[in-house]
Amino acid sequence: MFGYVFYWSLVWDALPQLLAGAWLTLQIAVLSMLFGTVVGLALALYRQKGEGAGARFASAWVELARNTPVLFQIYMMYFGLGSVGIQVSSYAAVLIALSFNNAGYLAEIFRGGLAAVHRQQLSAARSLGLTKLQSYLHVIFPQLLRIVFYGYVTQAVWAMLNTSLGMLVGLHELSGAAQSAQSISFRSFEFFFVTALIYYLIAKLMELGARVVFRRWLRV
Amino acid sequence: MIEIRSVRKQFGSIDILKGIDLDVHKGELLCLLGASGSGKSTLLQCINALEPIQGGTIKVDGIDVHDRKTDLNKLRQKLGIVFQQFNAFPHLTALENVALAPRLVAGKSRREARDLAARHLEHVGLGGKADLLPSRLSGGQQQRLAIARALAMQPSYMLFDEVTSALDPELVGEVLDTMRMLRQEGMTMVVVTHDIAFARNSSDRVAFLHAGTVAEIGTVAQVLGQPTSEHTRKFLRREHH
Amino acid sequence: MQFVLSDPGLHWRDGWFLLQGAGHTLWVTLVAGLLGTLLGVVLGWLRFSSVLLRIITAPYIDVVRSVPLIIQLVLANSFLALAGVGFDTFWLCVAVLSSSMAVVTAEVVRAGLASVPQTFRRSARSLGLSARQEFFHISAPLAVRTSFAAWVGLLLGLAKDSALVSVVGYVEYMKSSQILITRTHETLPLLVGVGVFYFVICYPVSRYSARLERRMAL
Repeated sequence: MFGYVFYWSLVWDALPQLLAGAWLTLQIAVLSMLFGTVVGLALALYRQKGEGAGARFASAWVELARNTPVLFQIYMMYFGLGSVGIQVSSYAAVLIALSFNNAGYLAEIFRGGLAAVHRQQLSAARSLGLTKLQSYLHVIFPQLLRIVFYGYVTQAVWAMLNTSLGMLVGLHELSGAAQSAQSISFRSFEFFFVTALIYYLIAKLMELGARVVFRRWLRV
Repeated sequence: MIEIRSVRKQFGSIDILKGIDLDVHKGELLCLLGASGSGKSTLLQCINALEPIQGGTIKVDGIDVHDRKTDLNKLRQKLGIVFQQFNAFPHLTALENVALAPRLVAGKSRREARDLAARHLEHVGLGGKADLLPSRLSGGQQQRLAIARALAMQPSYMLFDEVTSALDPELVGEVLDTMRMLRQEGMTMVVVTHDIAFARNSSDRVAFLHAGTVAEIGTVAQVLGQPTSEHTRKFLRREHH
Repeated sequence: MQFVLSDPGLHWRDGWFLLQGAGHTLWVTLVAGLLGTLLGVVLGWLRFSSVLLRIITAPYIDVVRSVPLIIQLVLANSFLALAGVGFDTFWLCVAVLSSSMAVVTAEVVRAGLASVPQTFRRSARSLGLSARQEFFHISAPLAVRTSFAAWVGLLLGLAKDSALVSVVGYVEYMKSSQILITRTHETLPLLVGVGVFYFVICYPVSRYSARLERRMAL
């Protein structure tokens, strides 16, 4: 039809390479979500205070993360730090940038969720004698998680998709691996088609897993 | 006993409590009556330090509640409080709700806490509802759950903040019955309420709060029967239609 | 033999170059935003009004949301290349970005329409308005009010996504900056300039729309 012959077998041969890249993708996605969650929670709590240096710092972080492109954030980590003498690997640059980004977006998501947990839940927990930490850990955060669950999962999928930008700083996650694999044979269509497929599968698996987790463990 | 001396409290620039002097004796049920805004709920929340005070002292069994050095978490184990909004933890079953604090604060093992919780749920009549989530319980049941949860910490005093005001009329009775049962068992209780009938029938002493001070305090017969303050009389007339 | 490149530092000329890049960013955002919104509104409305269409369009939406934008761009590019079809890079970028914008706009539109309380619609119909009149005079305006802030957010997201189009060869602001960095090694100033550029576009607009949203809240 196109006068073009599809060479799928080339992709098949390079599959181990692609899957190794996918593994890197997952690593970065999971780690950046982990860091992003911890930091994002802290940012949300500081912002709740409304005033003070902590609140202002948190707001600055959130606004910076949400109003600049992820690619910019990655470039800042990789090239920006490099230009002042701090050499970061492409892996580290992508991880730090995505964690930074996740923290900002998650802080917003958590803020909405925290507002939905009644203030009195904290009073009730404290009146029973629970320390602040215990109250947050056992009463506030579990409720927060249930409220923001789907928003959280959406963010996780988005983070996973954003790892593809690593390809532009030489990282061999899935896209980078595909790029380097296809550069030999120039069968870019076949390679990127399969790559797209793999991303799709990963995203779907993440969503499926999330639904299972929600139903089995977070019943409310 | 609880000793409240010259307590003052402000919210921003508004004075809510303007010098409260009150004692709560062991084993008695003291009712706090008053119009909205008189400061009665606020006073309750000052007793267990949920709200700070700007003047005066509150001592529970000799311990200054608002002293910086006081271990609040330990103190709060002596003071059980039940709010108007039941505040059941929605993500935990009734049993888990009651067992949480004994486990985390009193350091009981999971099994001990669960047994303790089961007993207290029985005590308030919720024995069969232990594994239900609060969303499956009626308002009255959730409020009794809140009472059981507070009791599980074995407090010396129980504070009730308008606990029936948010309930449908037909559910109020079960909560009041539970409170009367506690009184029979000798619990020291401070009850903030609008319900004058309850004050009349179930309390030992009544205090009437007006505009941030104790306008009148005494036995039920004195305060409700022959009030000396004009404010008290006005209030009773209003509530009695 | 030594090659001496003429003056590697930043020039005023480069300012013009950056301005062109900025213009490209804004232009592609505008065009893709417009097209994407139009498509998205239609798509959202179709998905709202017909369960069948909702099911049919689901796979497309699913795929667009589950594949990285950069891969979509590269894939579209290589597909058109092997198909032997001549195309303008700009329109390729617009096509992919519009598709992405349409998908997210459709969801916002659908949610907006669904959020109009049944009671309003019923009242309108009981007064004698036809379904079409009810839609244009009641549902649609209300849906627009509720979705506006979200839509602005999507548009800003599109502006940020436009930074990716350089991967298929369209030189927008970020790429222009990169080209200059390669030549002049003035990494930090130029890179910070990129950040400032996007921040200045996104931050004020998002704050303003947040304020508008509060005022429009019924």
